[in-house]
Amino acid sequence: MPLLWLFLLVLAIALAAFVLARSRVLAMSGQDRRTLHSLPNYYGSNAAMKSAIPALLVLVVWLIAQPFYVNSVVSDAIPDSAIADTSSRSLLLAEVRRAADGIDLAVSAGAMTEAEARDPDADVETMTATLTEAGAIVTSQITQSVLSAAQQFRVLNDTGYRIMTIAVLLIAAAGAFWGIKETRPDFRARNVVEQGIRVLLIAAASIAILTTLGIVLSLVFNTVEFFRLYPASDFFFGTNWAPSFSGRGGASDLGILPLLWGTFYISIVALVVAVPVGLFSAIYLSEYASPKVRAFAKPMLEVLAGIPTIVYGLFALLTVGPLLVSVFGDEGLGWMQAGTAVMTAGLVMGIMLIPFVSSLSDDIINAVPQAMRDGSYGLGATQSETIRQVVLPAALPGIVGAILLAASRAIGETMIVVLGAGAAARLSLNPFDAMTTVTAKIVSQLTGDSDFASPEALVAFALGMTLFVITLGLNVFALYIVRKYREQYE
Amino acid sequence: MTNASMDSAPMKGSLTTVDARTKKRNAAEKRFRLYGIVAILIGLFFLVVLAVSILRSGIPAFTQAEVRLEFTMTQEQFDDAESQLLKTKAYQDLFIAALQSELEAKGLDVEFDGEAIERLLGKTGSTIREYFKENPDQIGTPVTFNLAASSRVDGYFKGRVSRDTLVDSRFLEVSDLDLVDALADAGIIVQAFNWNFITGSDSGVDNPGGAGIGVSVIGSFFMMLVVLALSLPIGVAASIYLEEFAPQNWFTDLIEVNISNLAAVPSIVFGILGLAVFIQFMHLPQSAPLVGGLVLTLMTLPTIIISTRASLKAVPPSIREAALGVGASKMQTVFHHVLPLAAPGILTGTIIGLAQALGETAPLLLIGMVGFIARAYPEGVVSGFIDPNSAMPAQIYTWAARADAGFYEKAWGGIIILLIFLLTMNLIAIILRRRFERRW
Amino acid sequence: MYDTSHHRQETAVTDVKIKAKDVQVYYGDNHAIKDVSVEIENNTVTAFIGPSGCGKSTFLRCLNRMNDTIDICRVEGDILIDGNDIYDKRVDPVQLRAKVGMVFQKPNPFPKSIYDNIAYGPRIHGMARNKAELDEIVERALRRGAIWDEVKDRLNAPGTGLSGGQQQRLCIARAVATEPEVLLMDEPCSALDPIATAQVEELIDELRQNYAVVIVTHSMQQAARVSQKTAFFHLGNLVEYDDTSKIFTNPEDSRTESYITGRIG
Repeated sequence: MPLLWLFLLVLAIALAAFVLARSRVLAMSGQDRRTLHSLPNYYGSNAAMKSAIPALLVLVVWLIAQPFYVNSVVSDAIPDSAIADTSSRSLLLAEVRRAADGIDLAVSAGAMTEAEARDPDADVETMTATLTEAGAIVTSQITQSVLSAAQQFRVLNDTGYRIMTIAVLLIAAAGAFWGIKETRPDFRARNVVEQGIRVLLIAAASIAILTTLGIVLSLVFNTVEFFRLYPASDFFFGTNWAPSFSGRGGASDLGILPLLWGTFYISIVALVVAVPVGLFSAIYLSEYASPKVRAFAKPMLEVLAGIPTIVYGLFALLTVGPLLVSVFGDEGLGWMQAGTAVMTAGLVMGIMLIPFVSSLSDDIINAVPQAMRDGSYGLGATQSETIRQVVLPAALPGIVGAILLAASRAIGETMIVVLGAGAAARLSLNPFDAMTTVTAKIVSQLTGDSDFASPEALVAFALGMTLFVITLGLNVFALYIVRKYREQYE
Repeated sequence: MTNASMDSAPMKGSLTTVDARTKKRNAAEKRFRLYGIVAILIGLFFLVVLAVSILRSGIPAFTQAEVRLEFTMTQEQFDDAESQLLKTKAYQDLFIAALQSELEAKGLDVEFDGEAIERLLGKTGSTIREYFKENPDQIGTPVTFNLAASSRVDGYFKGRVSRDTLVDSRFLEVSDLDLVDALADAGIIVQAFNWNFITGSDSGVDNPGGAGIGVSVIGSFFMMLVVLALSLPIGVAASIYLEEFAPQNWFTDLIEVNISNLAAVPSIVFGILGLAVFIQFMHLPQSAPLVGGLVLTLMTLPTIIISTRASLKAVPPSIREAALGVGASKMQTVFHHVLPLAAPGILTGTIIGLAQALGETAPLLLIGMVGFIARAYPEGVVSGFIDPNSAMPAQIYTWAARADAGFYEKAWGGIIILLIFLLTMNLIAIILRRRFERRW
Repeated sequence: MYDTSHHRQETAVTDVKIKAKDVQVYYGDNHAIKDVSVEIENNTVTAFIGPSGCGKSTFLRCLNRMNDTIDICRVEGDILIDGNDIYDKRVDPVQLRAKVGMVFQKPNPFPKSIYDNIAYGPRIHGMARNKAELDEIVERALRRGAIWDEVKDRLNAPGTGLSGGQQQRLCIARAVATEPEVLLMDEPCSALDPIATAQVEELIDELRQNYAVVIVTHSMQQAARVSQKTAFFHLGNLVEYDDTSKIFTNPEDSRTESYITGRIG
């Protein structure tokens, strides 16, 4: 891994700079270290920082930027005539990249020399044969234009990485030199180093923003791409979900409404289970339970929240589903066809959400001031009257917020619905029917070897965008309510 | 007015007699309290049902029916078998003869042929031949062979397959079950601990018996290394900035809003991010633990930042003032005093965040850690990070999605292993908290 | 604040409303109240004074069993109201609290409308047969709480929107609405400014015509202004209990004297 070596080399230069700067300042100070402004290590760190950080920054930027540059150069070099027989320029570029990877593999396996690989007059057929022999997967016969583009691609990349290596090492050395040179006893090394650390801290904190930006950009770009291939109005208002499986046929119906209906139906079933159980548990634990009961029951309920969702998914598929079928299926009431259904997924999701609702409500109920309860007891109210008429109304906004957060959880939950809800998209009112959700379809459209340029795969990004917007809206609204509620009692 | 009020006063009677209305109110009180108890019992009931079904369905995955037969190969037999055209057939015949004599010695008489043995145990002949070719010094001494029974035979013992439901096929015929029963009576078929399940790799779709979770445990391990190496330093650095240095401005607000929202973004969306950014855009290898680790890092960061900030906040300001008072810089105060004091809390939060990441499945499906990919152990550290591998929860999902019911047992068994890991991590976190928790 | 005619009337009709005998209160291992015996009279304002932590509030909360809501609290001894032991097993604390109302240190209106704040007690005790009756009860309580004129036009506004003094009078009106026989007040003016305090004190003096009022206060001036009887608590003991005029002019115990002259507390 040459990249790893480059990285280690930069670190080695930085280390050398550290040692040199430190010994230099010690030598300058003579015997009396107190003449130094900062501790000797700070002078070392200053030099190391100046050598490593700019170099690594350049490395990262280069690694991100180079593929764009190479792609655009190669893409421009491909004649339009070559594109005619394949569908698009981007598909052809992918083929070029595959061919280039194949040549790399063949070279490293010793099936051809570097000179052969670069030979502009190389015969296309022998080349294909060599590549297939070397084990590089070549889908079909490589065309002349693909081969020359692949060769150009390799050359450009090679030169690019070579220049990058030199540039990075030069920057590291220059930084080291600068850091060592400015090392004098009166130099305020500590302040500079601390400033540097501060910048690093800010960078770490900014990752949260970058993540959100990454999410939004990857959703937006692919969603726009999808809407170029498939009309947005059909997506948002279509009542039929039937993607074609060939990946190329244009006969897919990709309407989101059945998926949204399944999502909301399952979420509602889940909330119908989780809210009463969670809320009453929270009330009992915070208002009635003795410390012993509380110390036992609260962590026990919270165990339900710590169980991974895959476990709930399996529980739905293999335990709850068959159980419901035996009661509501053909041998029982005849309402249910198979184990996977809205009811199955909703019930299990409800179990998962119980601790979520209960611990949030518990916090919120505990935030209601004791004075409020005392006021009610002092008037001769019983405990339940106090809870129902004073505590709960006071806590209502917070509890609504908690329920909204739980709803957002339910809407975004994936594994339970993938395993428990079924795969058929359908607009039905029967909770014992199999239905599917937005998240389940994201998984099914993006797993497998589908081509990322087809509308059948891109639709997943549009679904993801919808999901992101809905859950974000719910979260922001819920957090706003909860915060307002907290402020009221602070 | 006073008189009117005296007349309407509700309780002029003695305090010790409870009037009707109070009785009704007290009954309502009891009912209300009962709802609470019922709700908690429902929650606990679900927990128990979940635990029982995991244990009941998962424990069989740890045992495997196997044929245990002591077998002595003489030099003549070996030479004779090696000289034949169908060598493995010759070994199989030797094995059958040994099995038959063992059954007769126990006083059991069953008819069976080589095909039946193949259905029960697979290619016994080649197994025996390979053993003696590799260990020629064992010829002439008794050797005990432990041969795993096929998954249907295993299923017969575990109740998955019964005489009524079994349809004759090349995998197993109903008549074979007589032989199986006889072998079980003779104590030749026994239930043994299935080490292969813990250490093995995934198997093909028609061989649930051979599936093991070991390789995907390694996949999870490398993923957790990535998560730990990235999310701990980044999370701590971000928390220190926000808690100790950040000024009150729009940029800080933006970071805060982003963190609290990321904490609630559905995990599948992080999968989409990973697919689009790490695989489509950066061309990192698909199905690699490195990419899985990166995605889980982004997902875990908000959790770690929130808990780290809570630990930093718990360090009283007096400590900071004391350090600043002796002339330490703000940075020195934080790194020399505040951070060490907050370390136990940070560690606890990190472990809990890691446990969460370990159980996460959905994003891994999107970056391709699903299907028959946990085939072999990685060859080295680098290969561990970048070669395709699965992870425990993704492997469990893969098994659950396969058609053969034999894999369901493996999926439950995988869950037991996954939960053991999670339980251990949470226990460590609890112990750390108990041991080092400091109340100011 | 009070004239001698009142005084005479009182001594004439002295009837004991609450009688406490050898009361002990424990918080876990802490012996908070030791051997307190006291008789509280009807139509009288009785003040409990003493330094912080002396147990006066604790003792007050025993009188309507508010301490029941604290798990570790244990009460021994007899407390009789109209001759009935309130710690008798057959006594329902809910019924008791309707009879012995309470006003707290900090005004604690419910986050409901002014009307609903007052109507809450009458509703849970089923005191009104219809809306008109309830309206009447609410108006009467607000008038008696001396706050009717200030809020009669905005009965549906939230109770939390009132000023501190108004909130406390609302809480007093709320307590009065359930027609209690005894009114306990735990430092009712400590969170109020002097003007609001004066209004509440005036109100307390009026309330005594109908109820036995017990007030815990930090302020000796307030005790002297509003009460006819005063009990001085110190370290969990009832040191001295007598007519207010006597306590403040001629205390028998040296500790009482030290306290009212400002040497301890």
